[in-house]
Amino acid sequence: MQSNAALEYDYTIAKLYTYTAILFGFVGMLIGTLIAAQLAFPDLNYLLGEYGTFSRLRPLHTNVVIYGFTVSGIFATFYYLAQRVLKVSMAESKFVMFIAKLQFFLYLVAATALVVTELMGYTQSKEYAQMEWPLDLLIVVIWVLWGIAMFALIGIRREKALYISMWYFIACFLGVAMLYLFNNMAVPTYFASGGVGSIMHSVSMYSGTNDALVQWWWGHNAVAFVFTVPIVGMIYYFLPKESGQSVYSYKLSLLSFWGLMFVYLWAGSHHLLWSTVPDWMQTMGSIFSVVLILPSWGSAINMLLTMKGEWNQLTDNPLIKFMVLASTFYMLSTLEGPIQAVKSVNAIAHFTDWIPGHVHDGVLGWVAFMIMAALFHMAPRMFKREIFSKNLIEAQFWIQTTAVVLYFTSMWIAGITQGMMWRAVDEYGNLMYSFIDTVTVLHPYYAIRALSGVLFLTGFVMFAYNMIKTMTSAKELTEEPQFRSPMA
Amino acid sequence: MFHWLEKNPFFFAVGVFLVIAFAGLVEILPNFAEASRPVAGLRPYTVLELAGKEVYKKDNCIACHSQLIRPFKSETDRYGQYSLSGEYAYDRPFLWGSKRTGPDLHRVGNYRTTDWHENHMWEPTSVVPGSIMPAYKHQFTNVADIETAYAEAVTVKNIFKTPYGDDIKAGKEAWEAYKPKVLAEAKAVAAQMKNKDVKDMVAAGKVPEVVALIAYLNSLGAKRYEAKK
Repeated sequence: MQSNAALEYDYTIAKLYTYTAILFGFVGMLIGTLIAAQLAFPDLNYLLGEYGTFSRLRPLHTNVVIYGFTVSGIFATFYYLAQRVLKVSMAESKFVMFIAKLQFFLYLVAATALVVTELMGYTQSKEYAQMEWPLDLLIVVIWVLWGIAMFALIGIRREKALYISMWYFIACFLGVAMLYLFNNMAVPTYFASGGVGSIMHSVSMYSGTNDALVQWWWGHNAVAFVFTVPIVGMIYYFLPKESGQSVYSYKLSLLSFWGLMFVYLWAGSHHLLWSTVPDWMQTMGSIFSVVLILPSWGSAINMLLTMKGEWNQLTDNPLIKFMVLASTFYMLSTLEGPIQAVKSVNAIAHFTDWIPGHVHDGVLGWVAFMIMAALFHMAPRMFKREIFSKNLIEAQFWIQTTAVVLYFTSMWIAGITQGMMWRAVDEYGNLMYSFIDTVTVLHPYYAIRALSGVLFLTGFVMFAYNMIKTMTSAKELTEEPQFRSPMA
Repeated sequence: MFHWLEKNPFFFAVGVFLVIAFAGLVEILPNFAEASRPVAGLRPYTVLELAGKEVYKKDNCIACHSQLIRPFKSETDRYGQYSLSGEYAYDRPFLWGSKRTGPDLHRVGNYRTTDWHENHMWEPTSVVPGSIMPAYKHQFTNVADIETAYAEAVTVKNIFKTPYGDDIKAGKEAWEAYKPKVLAEAKAVAAQMKNKDVKDMVAAGKVPEVVALIAYLNSLGAKRYEAKK
């Protein structure tokens, strides 16, 4: 029934995922900093016996920051903003609440199982899809539960038109579901061999070149549907909300959304340039990567123009700073990616540190900045207290921005140096460097990257401290702030 | 149309799904059958090599090593003949990797020996001064899971028609019958090694991870092909 009374939104689930985002963010970035340091100082490989080597920890780092931190951030913001844009409270439906709680519980189980099994070495050895088949099944259940909660909320909505953010969350749900299922198709060997060997082991349904294509169709689009699509959904909600400005252009958001949906999936084969997949697929990957600049920049420009006439907010509201810098890094990253997807550039860049450099200006500068800004915006509304410290946010902003810049500049230099050294020939056409020469030369850049990790982690600890203080001891608010988040 | 879609979540979702599913169909399906075919003379991995491939996966060598030689002179000079699609037909999963913190390994069996690998896995800097690769000493004591490797061979034979012999078949009894062959293969590798623990374990009927791994690494390259008759 329609009533004029303001809805009391129920943030139980959003709060739970906020906690896990903080926890997994810290853990994931701590491991990341450690493995960055291991490349500069190899003795650090021996802290945890066989479980502490770079090779064993690297997938743990990627999985904890992706499925722990980022996905927690996605669920937290979803369970916060979906209620608001659909004009319906979670408390109105016992069913939705039950599904969401069950989803969170299973999510914790899966996260724990992921960490344990990966440390033990159970892995499919497919990047960002290491989890073995029992875990895959659990993850499918979690994802389906999210879909049920999402469409159940949509089903009981009061606001009939779906806001832009919801488009992106629906796309996130569908895209990840499709890609995850197909990439993880595997046969458990225990059942197929009449009960021989380990029950955890499975073998991929695809082999060789096909497996590579399916994997990078997933690997690339996991980036699309986890690191891009829902994050764009976040900024479409939180930037207008925090700034009090309306979105600059509806048409631009339409173009960007449908453009992104259509173009992104084609670009996956740019991970396989100069490999054994057919040439035409590689060329398609290159071309669509360049086309991808349009919808990516469309969203980013739409966000920047949303601030038109209100740029003064950039100087006095640190959350606006985070979000504006996030969309700027999004533009940088989505320009850098297509450059790397040009075949001649890729010949140098592929297999080098330029690639993790590219990934990190996206995930640190864009994804992590946006998620932290979103959680900061949500905190006063969820916990009914003002943000604990503005100064701390300001300091965190500059420390982390410095960290991101150090990260990608050092990796640019490292990557291009290594790529050029691999192919360098002397006057007789012989290779000039043995492989180890191209490793030892990178030491200073690896050291700078480790330092950047320490800085970013420091910033994250400041974020965590600020959030915990906001939850527990900051000044209480009597009414909900409309736009700008109050902070001391 | 778009306004209408935004008010009809079901059709909106269907629309999104169609738009995103399209590219995968066009790019992955057309070449699927061809890319599944092995090059002439390629043999499947032996059970010991499969167990070694599991060690390769478990210690996640792909974090730093590729198995994909690109068609550039600088790469063929360094690593040998560039990689062909059909050479990967029995690789489940593919292990191309995406980062070369260390060198490519697709043909490492052509130019490294058991002895070299043994020294290298024990202490990388002893053979490559300046190496930043960690030592993998635990592989000298951990036992490789050859039974699961056998299960994998049975699975790919029965489901994906990988050409293994008739002695690879489902069931525990078949495995017990096959096991001595795996141990014999492991003994042949261990005979070229000097680590005493490794030799003792193999003599006692267990296969240390490093033995399986070296068998796998040695197989990469020319030994992936059937012996010429």
